[in-house]
Amino acid sequence: MSVTRIETWQSPATRPASVGQSIPRKEDGRLLKGQGQFADDVWMHRMGHVHFVRSPYAHAEIVDVDVSKALAVEGVYATLTGEEVRQLTDRYTQIAPEPGGRAKDFAMAVGKVRYQGEPVAAVLAESRELARDAAALVEVEYARLPHVLEAVQAADDESPRIHTEMGSNVGWHGVYDFGDVDWALERADHVVRIPRLHFHRFSSTPLECNAAVVHWDPGTGTIQIDSNNQMPQFAALFMAPALGVRSDQLMFRSQDIGGAFGLKLTSYTYLTALALLSRKAGRPAKWTEYRHEHLIGSCHGNERTFLDIEVPVMADGEILGFKANALDDVGAFMRYEPLGGVIFSQVLPGCYRFKHLQVDYKSVVTNKTPVGPNRGYSRLQHLWLVERIVDLVAAELRFDPVELRKRNYVRPEEFPYTTPNGCVYDSGNYHAMLDRALELVDAPRWRAAQQAAEGTGKRIGIGIGSTLDSGTSNFGQARIINKNLPFSGNGEAAICKIDLQGEISVALGTVPQGQSHETTTAQVVADVLGVTPGEVLVRPGADSARNAYVAFSGTYASQFAVTGIGAALGAAERVKADLLTVAAAVLESTPDELLLVGGTVSVEGDEDRALTFAEIANYVYANQGALPPEVADAVTLNHRHVYRAPFGVPDWKSKSGSLTLTYASQIHVCVVEIDEETGQTRILDYSAVDECGTPINPQVVEGQVHGAAAHGIAAALQETLDYDEDGQLLNGTFWDYHVVSCPDTPMFKTDNLPCPSPFTPTGSKGMGEGGGAPLHAVCSALQDALRDTGAVVTDSHNPTERVWRLLNGDERAADGGRGITVTSR
Amino acid sequence: MSDSAHPIEVVVNGERHESVVLGRQLLVHYLRETLGLKGTHIGCDSGNCGACTVIVDGKAVKSCMQLAAQADGREIETVESLSEPLGPPDRLQASFTRHHALQCGYCTPGMLMSATALLREQEAPGEDEIRRGLKGNICRCTGYVNIVRAVQDVAGTLPENYDGHTA
Repeated sequence: MSVTRIETWQSPATRPASVGQSIPRKEDGRLLKGQGQFADDVWMHRMGHVHFVRSPYAHAEIVDVDVSKALAVEGVYATLTGEEVRQLTDRYTQIAPEPGGRAKDFAMAVGKVRYQGEPVAAVLAESRELARDAAALVEVEYARLPHVLEAVQAADDESPRIHTEMGSNVGWHGVYDFGDVDWALERADHVVRIPRLHFHRFSSTPLECNAAVVHWDPGTGTIQIDSNNQMPQFAALFMAPALGVRSDQLMFRSQDIGGAFGLKLTSYTYLTALALLSRKAGRPAKWTEYRHEHLIGSCHGNERTFLDIEVPVMADGEILGFKANALDDVGAFMRYEPLGGVIFSQVLPGCYRFKHLQVDYKSVVTNKTPVGPNRGYSRLQHLWLVERIVDLVAAELRFDPVELRKRNYVRPEEFPYTTPNGCVYDSGNYHAMLDRALELVDAPRWRAAQQAAEGTGKRIGIGIGSTLDSGTSNFGQARIINKNLPFSGNGEAAICKIDLQGEISVALGTVPQGQSHETTTAQVVADVLGVTPGEVLVRPGADSARNAYVAFSGTYASQFAVTGIGAALGAAERVKADLLTVAAAVLESTPDELLLVGGTVSVEGDEDRALTFAEIANYVYANQGALPPEVADAVTLNHRHVYRAPFGVPDWKSKSGSLTLTYASQIHVCVVEIDEETGQTRILDYSAVDECGTPINPQVVEGQVHGAAAHGIAAALQETLDYDEDGQLLNGTFWDYHVVSCPDTPMFKTDNLPCPSPFTPTGSKGMGEGGGAPLHAVCSALQDALRDTGAVVTDSHNPTERVWRLLNGDERAADGGRGITVTSR
Repeated sequence: MSDSAHPIEVVVNGERHESVVLGRQLLVHYLRETLGLKGTHIGCDSGNCGACTVIVDGKAVKSCMQLAAQADGREIETVESLSEPLGPPDRLQASFTRHHALQCGYCTPGMLMSATALLREQEAPGEDEIRRGLKGNICRCTGYVNIVRAVQDVAGTLPENYDGHTA
């Protein structure tokens, strides 16, 4: 039947789509007024406060723990020791196969301590202060053991064993070998050899520390967990078997989370201890981490040492690939590791057309705080290696770094581009992005300034960081680590509902921590249902009781714009189908004649025949008898949809396959000035060009580009987690851990060049982690500033002192990098 | 483990409170836990991060660095004072939304209070003054760019050619 389309102000044909607009955020209202609810804001009747007793040593046998003096204090409800944890729980499942999988991993130290800050005992008391005082009365007798703090040394068979049952400190070892790198090294016109590069340990330190109130309700058996854990179902996979409970006994709730960056994924060990204390005392157990505890006792980003890097290069600048040994320092426990041992391979050749690649990768345990996924997890370390390789090849062989990159970037016409290890880069245009980034800083102006600065005591350097932000992981890649893990694909759940009076709501499983999911979800759902985002309530935070989750629900690995949005879209489409079914029956029409406009369903061309969402909801909730039975039985206006990313199972034998669905990219250009006398580095100009497919809300995207840029700059110049020779963390407070502050960041110049993804529901790609581009760009700029001095930037962390040492020829700073050699045919 | 008790009298957001506080109680805990004003946050316990910033007798103060007992006789403003709970945002809050100057929102109350104090002290602070004025407030989400712009907008010192991205 033909219909006449009537164009009105609210017709979908003329009403602008919400997707693509920078609408103001729905979250802002409550957050600006101090009305957010964060984990530490949760208080419960009769709750006690928890304080942990932590190890002062890097490695020691626990001879005795005596809690009697603490227990004798009035107001102390209960204590918990590692030995009790061993008796009350099973060791946590490990992702690692043998030998790493043999480690005995519990919520608190059992038998011995393996890093400074490891929890040894806990006290539950009526106030925070009393718990702390009583914890000071817990007497622990230690017998110190020799420790090892560095991955290369720890991998040596003669080093002290951190987990005796592992038989070695190497928890996982795998070789990624694609193409024929030995052939390439023989055939190349030049071979550049770099003895050692080091990517340092740091953390994005969310401003809100870990916090939780856990209540093990004896009546129902429910373990209510109000926390800021960022991936509750993943936590449940570890906690339920350890505690010996049903996974659906663990009920997670959160509203607002004060940043996480991956680091709040690993709090399940503390949540387990709180659950035990709650059960023991019959009270809710509340714990809010102090910043010092967060720095010593939660988790850090991965530190990685690259050895024996060999790079085959042709005379025309074609880089054929590279070969490297990577030793990843995962700290004292494997836990989430060795996933980093496969996740880096999502971006194995970086932004480049490298064909011959070999990486020998080891996950190594040391007597340091365990690592956890930190913004850009495992990819940024590898991408930094790739960018250092490109810059050092340029410096050694006198190529222009811009031209060398363009010579080797994946070309715009090659997308979708399959890498040698079977990953598919969906879309991109790195060449145009680099041009734009250089244009934004007016690179020729800085080249002139660089020359003019010569001899003035200042050195100017211009650097490039090209990086990938791979998003939506295929969990099947875990099988490359451990072929027995029954994981593959990825997905997310959302529930879309129309309530009693026509109100639209969405519940997500994504557990956001500042990423604006309430806003962007509302934009997408509004467009499906023909309303404004203001009419869509997106329920804040997460709640197990909403049932809007799958096992890997959460906000991590730059995936929300694909998985979360895909789930919300699918759920909204199902609700829309219900609306059309009811309206077609009542209006005696057919669904394909109907339009959703402004909260009504009307017959196209005959707008007087219309039902409001409220009227339709009334039929479904309160007036079912007035509907034909087959319609009443078919509709619910309440739909749970699971988005399934289109993945198969990667091949664990060859370590290849489609490991991640989207490849957002970022090209940064950084201009630095070094003061020759002091080594102080200042950023003079900075541009960040990003590409993440179709942006849902450009302002939100840009905000996350800014945030990632600040993290990277901070890591490159001021943030580091260093240990002294005794294994004591030197940066255990914000006095010593130099978090980037307002005067430290430049006004980033940004642009976005969208290349819609052919693989995702909206053409959007996940983004936000940023791929560590500033680490690459700052190191590249420092290298450029240091040109003609013979100094080589071999470390990802270059504070004032290291820059000064580089300038003054100090070997410690050069860190073996000076041994770079070039062999030419 | 006995702790001394101190009677205090404070005006918080225009309301007078008489309380007895323990000698070791921090001002931030008094505000959050005794008065239930949970907009003031804690991020570091060491006076570095500024999430707990409130205005005491007109000056921006980190409330984790003062004891509740020290607040006796003082007038305190917290984020809850900036606008009515159900009312429209104030100028600075509205500017923060317009410029997308917050993501997770954890630092935001402290940031707003520091900026409020700054804008009262200086007539039209420019970018450098604002950056120095907010040095004591850490934000881990925004990279500060949009926060500085939001404050500049209220101060009337945004660059003329500001297009939201590059100027």
